[in-house]
Amino acid sequence: MPPNAAASVGSREIEVEVLRYRSDTDSRPVPQAYRVPFTYDMSVLQGLQYIKDHLDGTLSFRWSCRMAICGSCGMMIGAEPKLACMTFLRDYHPGPLRIEPLTHFPIERDLVVTVGGFVKKIESIYPYLIPKTPRRLDEGEYLQTPMQLAQFESFSDCINCMLCYAACPQFGENPDFIGPGVMALLQRYNGDSRDGAQATRMELVHTENGAWSCTAVGYCSEVCPKQVDPANAVNQNKTKSAIDFFLRFLGRPARSGGAASDGNAP
Amino acid sequence: MSGPRPYLRPAETLWWARRPYLAYTLREATGIAVAGYALVLLVGLISLASGEGAYDVWLNFLKSPWSLALHLLFLIGMIAHVWTWFRIMPKTMPRLVIGGRIVPQNRITAAGLAVAVAAFIVILLVAEWMQP
Repeated sequence: MPPNAAASVGSREIEVEVLRYRSDTDSRPVPQAYRVPFTYDMSVLQGLQYIKDHLDGTLSFRWSCRMAICGSCGMMIGAEPKLACMTFLRDYHPGPLRIEPLTHFPIERDLVVTVGGFVKKIESIYPYLIPKTPRRLDEGEYLQTPMQLAQFESFSDCINCMLCYAACPQFGENPDFIGPGVMALLQRYNGDSRDGAQATRMELVHTENGAWSCTAVGYCSEVCPKQVDPANAVNQNKTKSAIDFFLRFLGRPARSGGAASDGNAP
Repeated sequence: MSGPRPYLRPAETLWWARRPYLAYTLREATGIAVAGYALVLLVGLISLASGEGAYDVWLNFLKSPWSLALHLLFLIGMIAHVWTWFRIMPKTMPRLVIGGRIVPQNRITAAGLAVAVAAFIVILLVAEWMQP
């Protein structure tokens, strides 16, 4: 919080109700209410910082950049998954504004959720370019047309905030579902004309926990703060998975990738 | 007093019955109306193949108040399905490129809805024209 923020808080007050959970003293999460003075330009994140600095130093939440780049401050704000830094207190005045940790995720403490499962999923999809044919430096860069870039560009804008996972009821039903965000990252590489490991990643897409747990609810794309459109990534992969399935009957081999076994993969 | 760490909240079972998932639930549920229409047509086709008597039974069923009520229900379901389905459609397809530009998703939805409305009008006109 900037040093002058406390001085600039306005005369308007909002009631903020935060779902608290401290495993050492609470047997289950309990709501706690605070009265937070705010100005027109104060974000929900600044409201939480005001609580921590002036009302209750024990409140825990994640944050870093304050400008929708780092993806740390995702939480349920008024029952919707949102970034606390790009949501404003004024829109919920006079409250009560209910703030909860991202739904579908286990709670570590207060608004902090467990992200280990999500990180494991990212690691599982070969989240890097695996070239079709490796080039030497003197052969120059890999070329790509603006149209080839446009096919996957939005999928590379993901900031790993996990709002789409909180929006996804199928992830709520099945925590092993690879989920919208990681599927968007997968499509960021599979949709890249320079990449050659499509077949390797498609093995993950084909499974129940891959694209096929998705029922096209579409809410993941609505809550995405960066317009990544993860629902599009998942559903493009459903089509591809279905095509691969039927090509098998024609005896045609699936598009070859296989570069993952050339020493680049872990 | 202490609790488990991490704490798992109980899964919500009725998520599909509340906002913002209602449009999705409506889309999936009204798929039954689409299947219902197909079933009525299929039965018509089978009765046509089974001879004039069976076909007349089917035609008489279509004229009954029960059938009219059913079809009104199907129509409402179908309209809801078309509306919600074309809204999700752009998300289920690869990026559409026309003239070197990616077509915005709301354009694809609008085009789909326009085709559906046009098809509806054409079918009404053909039905009117074919009336004995």
